[in-house]
Amino acid sequence: MRLAIRDVLALIAGDPQADRAVPPTGFTARLTLFTAAAMAFLAVFAMALSLATGRLADRWSEELARTSTLRISAPADQAAAQARRAIAVLETTPGVAAARPLTAEEQRNLLEPWFGPDLPIDALPIPQLIEIIEEGSGYDPIGLRARLQAEVPGAVLDDHTRWREPLVAAAGRLRMLGWLAIALIGLATGAMITLAAQSALAANAQVIRVMRLVGAQDSYIARAFVRRFTQRALMGAAIGTLLGMIAVFALPDADVAGGFLTGLGFRGAGWIWPLLVPPLAAVVAFLATRAAAMRTLGEQS
Amino acid sequence: MIELEDVAYSYGRAELFAQLNLSLAPGSFHFLTGPSGAGKTTLLKLCYGELSATAGQVRLFGQDATTLERDGIAMIRRRIGVVHQDCQFLDHLPVAENIALPLKVASREAEAVGNLDDLLAWVGLRAQANQTPPQLSGGERQRAALARAVIMSPDVIIADEPTGNVDWEMSQRLLTLLVELNKMGKTVLIATHDLNLIRTAKKQVSARVLRLKDRQLHQAGAEL
Ligand SMILES: Nc1ncnc2c1ncn2[C@@H]1O[C@H](COP(=O)(O)OP(=O)(O)OP(=O)(O)O)[C@@H](O)[C@H]1O
Ligand SMILES: [Mg+2]
Repeated sequence: MRLAIRDVLALIAGDPQADRAVPPTGFTARLTLFTAAAMAFLAVFAMALSLATGRLADRWSEELARTSTLRISAPADQAAAQARRAIAVLETTPGVAAARPLTAEEQRNLLEPWFGPDLPIDALPIPQLIEIIEEGSGYDPIGLRARLQAEVPGAVLDDHTRWREPLVAAAGRLRMLGWLAIALIGLATGAMITLAAQSALAANAQVIRVMRLVGAQDSYIARAFVRRFTQRALMGAAIGTLLGMIAVFALPDADVAGGFLTGLGFRGAGWIWPLLVPPLAAVVAFLATRAAAMRTLGEQS
Repeated sequence: MIELEDVAYSYGRAELFAQLNLSLAPGSFHFLTGPSGAGKTTLLKLCYGELSATAGQVRLFGQDATTLERDGIAMIRRRIGVVHQDCQFLDHLPVAENIALPLKVASREAEAVGNLDDLLAWVGLRAQANQTPPQLSGGERQRAALARAVIMSPDVIIADEPTGNVDWEMSQRLLTLLVELNKMGKTVLIATHDLNLIRTAKKQVSARVLRLKDRQLHQAGAEL
């Protein structure tokens, strides 16, 4: 790999006259350019998807793991006493940082999206909610439930894990699929560039013969091809990446919907990620063309 | 420099020659003659490593040709300037660049600066320097091929019918170039049917004439 990087640098710094030895091939050139651009465009989207689901998974597991809710359903005259007792239990539970009853105002806000702003909350038998903030690795839900059952009969512990875990797992899976898609895009790009390079090498058999006759080494002949394909892939991928980034940037900002799609995009330093696509495409093209060239030159001797 | 020992070569079943011995000492000047189809071109190809012998041993600059890797052959070719019978060029590049190609692939382009102009002038291709090979006449292509063979100032120059398509005056010029290079110490091997050329050369250098006939290499007598 170290050798490859040195060769890539030599390609960029080296003498661009060297590839004049190989006649220009308009068709494969345009094909490579287009392939690299299309693949880079797709890679940017796959990347945006991966990063977005990654953020989502992190946020869900962070936020949801840190808090849980205790619901107390008791006759109106006992509710306050049970809430006090529940808080006393919680405060002595290891792993619980704080526990506090939600105010009537906060409960109304929680219900507002479903029942509207004019909800007569005092007139309804609404359970009292207690917010639990965890610390460290959290509390032991089975132990806590047992204690609450004994001391606060009206308390129901909702620790979110029931519905949190599949969501986090789904988000994690989606993120993995995104990276897998990027890997597949890379492999497909390599395969297509290999085919294009092979056709260019076959079309130039006579050129290769003449260069051999005057004492050109395989590495020199290969370089002429490798340089071309690397440059085309780099240029194509740069165009594709730019278009992809513009497309992601231009996605409508639908924050109100609060859903998953809003997160599809790059945030802050995340914009650096797509910039890796063109150099990566160049490395893929470099390795694919060099392998194809060395193999073909070996066969043609 | 180049030594062939008990060498045989055959394309498929047809054996062209067998038990053939040839030794080109440094600074020597050899002509190779013989009937058309005797295998002169084939013998030359053995001498610059394009073909490998079916039997016997070929040593190029002291190295056994059969043990050479492709890169090793490339290094050998940089020390042997070759004029091919079917002059092979890169048809999309101008003549001047074709002539300088051996320097370019050896990363010695700097040496082309002065030499290329002088060489183009000597072989009379100055006016055609920017044309592409397919635009040249047969004789012009041969002159370009000779220029390309000598631009590296190689130790050995092997020319296959270098004067086949040029007029007498030009063939004298090309011969003079080869004779001068030989006087500088280069080893020269020329395959030709042109007996006049051989006679003229013998007045300028002590050239040996080899004749390939009936699968054997003979020293040509004093009749030349
Ligand atoms: N690639 C090949 N495959 C099969 N037979 C070949 C091949 N090249 C040459 N031959 C045969 O080998 C014989 C010698 O060919 P070669 O070119 O060495 O002759 P030559 O002495 O150089 O002839 P000329 O004076 O016409 O150039 C010929 O009969 C030719 O048909
Ligand atoms: Mg011949």
